Amino acid sequence: MSDHGAVRISFALLLLALACAWLLNISLGSVEIPFTSTWHILLNGSVTDDPFNYIIWEYRVPKSITAILVGSGLALSGLLMQTLFRNPLAGPFVLGITSGASLGAALLIMGTSFIASLGSLVYVGNVSLAIAASVGSFLVLLIVLIVAQHVRDTMALLIIGLMFGSITSALVGVLAYFSNAESLQRFVFWTYGSVGDLSLSQSLLLGGLVIAGVILSIFSIKQLNAFLLGENYAQSLGVSLKKTRYIIIIATGLMTGAITAFAGPIAFVGLAVPHLTRQIFNTMDHKILLPAVLIYGALLMLVCDTIAQLPNSANVLPINAITSLIGAPVVIWLLVRKRNMLF
Amino acid sequence: MAHQTHILEANNLAIGYGNQEIISNLDFKLPLGELCAIVGINGVGKSTLLRTLGHLQPMLGGTINLGDKALLEHSNKEIARQISLVLTEPIASKNLTVAELIALGRQPYTNWLGNLTQEDKVHVKKCIDDFELTHLKNKKCHQLSDGQLQRALVARAMAQDTPLILLDEPTTHLDLYHKVQILKLLQKLAHSFNKTIVFTTHEIELAIQLCDKMIVLDNASNPFGNPCELIEAGHFDRLFPKEMVQFDPKSGSFKVVK
Repeated sequence: MSDHGAVRISFALLLLALACAWLLNISLGSVEIPFTSTWHILLNGSVTDDPFNYIIWEYRVPKSITAILVGSGLALSGLLMQTLFRNPLAGPFVLGITSGASLGAALLIMGTSFIASLGSLVYVGNVSLAIAASVGSFLVLLIVLIVAQHVRDTMALLIIGLMFGSITSALVGVLAYFSNAESLQRFVFWTYGSVGDLSLSQSLLLGGLVIAGVILSIFSIKQLNAFLLGENYAQSLGVSLKKTRYIIIIATGLMTGAITAFAGPIAFVGLAVPHLTRQIFNTMDHKILLPAVLIYGALLMLVCDTIAQLPNSANVLPINAITSLIGAPVVIWLLVRKRNMLF
Repeated sequence: MAHQTHILEANNLAIGYGNQEIISNLDFKLPLGELCAIVGINGVGKSTLLRTLGHLQPMLGGTINLGDKALLEHSNKEIARQISLVLTEPIASKNLTVAELIALGRQPYTNWLGNLTQEDKVHVKKCIDDFELTHLKNKKCHQLSDGQLQRALVARAMAQDTPLILLDEPTTHLDLYHKVQILKLLQKLAHSFNKTIVFTTHEIELAIQLCDKMIVLDNASNPFGNPCELIEAGHFDRLFPKEMVQFDPKSGSFKVVK
């Protein structure tokens, strides 16, 4: 309902910012590549033996695409959760869904090493990691949803989400205690989060799952808008509550599960981006918010990844730390400024 | 629709939660174009009745007919074009603007994306204007006063364009002036747009003055009829303990026993 011209301009600016962030992300990294060379390599497109060329096409471009998928998927998951739970503080991380995915991944990475010592033949591959993390996130989502049916108080729901987080980290702790050093190290690195070094097949799987989540969400736009009135009103408008809830859960589970499996448990993007987006667009219409959070999430993730790379140094910071360092103050600022964060 | 004079009909209806009946043997027929109040003491089941009629909770016995067939035979989508609701629960997102809120009333008619057609837009604009919300249409719901928000919610129900509108306590939290304003508005909607409007209320005296029909939930015979008949039959006398409050049939009002 908001002014169409203003919406178009905002979208144009957001896309421009995304393009700039993408170029910046590609031109900065541990190896200093002059901006003109980056530009030249991107425009020419071909993969030759030139090391710069190799770094950009084999490392930086895939990494930036992963960052875009991760940011968009998490931001959309956050939007879906906030509408489904009618709660401005909902998000995949806060509700314990990321923890569920972590537990799934931990069981696979460390649990299999534990079982493997007993002679099991479980293979820790890309697909099994994605499945384990998705199953973990689905399970937590379902439990949270069942609890939400009984507990109408949104504060209680968030605390329950936090408790789930504690339970899963405790279980992960137990697993860690019993696992061998190698798989423990692998798990710890996974928790730092990383959008780099995904294989082509991993990237394709991640892309496919995120796109599936986006498509499911697009088909739920009308129902999501009805949910803004509350579930009873939504039903009175002809929305099938059960079906819509399941579709939203499946979409969130797919996206959060896949992202957490491949990029680690990344915090705050899902919670903060929908709020930041509403600051720009000042609407609740999911037809506008859905594409907007996809772009904004990608933008934020690219910026975080650029910072995490510590340009021109050989060190890489854990991306999870960067998103928290940026995301947490944003949430605090929103709460202080608007006092009562509305969704 | 000439042959069909009753939009909603309840026969031997029993309502309650789980398998606990709180009211049974309810019978009433609501004609088109009438304003009907559900009154009764606190906790008697006014909202439960309204929610049962609105298909938000299952009935425990008897039948409800909506239009030409049973309520249960209608799909969710069909009911959405027959019944619109105004509930006591706050809307989930107070960050919606008045215009967005009212436009959501068009959902039963819009396509899979919820895009508004030109016709929908005209309808929404008419609702905004009819309810004197034009100057408020870009305001967020959390910026509205209670009275304005209630008006916006009724406007949303009107935008849904259903023959039947159910409202749960539309006058609570409002002062006398705004109570009368909302009830007169409902009366006007019922009479001039030929809508059947059912609402629960504690404002028995106002309801007696403004409604065409009333359902009195008294835990006994649960009578239904027009206010004058109900007064003559003495149904309001029995509603409250006589030693505390008495009903004066001449003025149609309650007096505190001193």
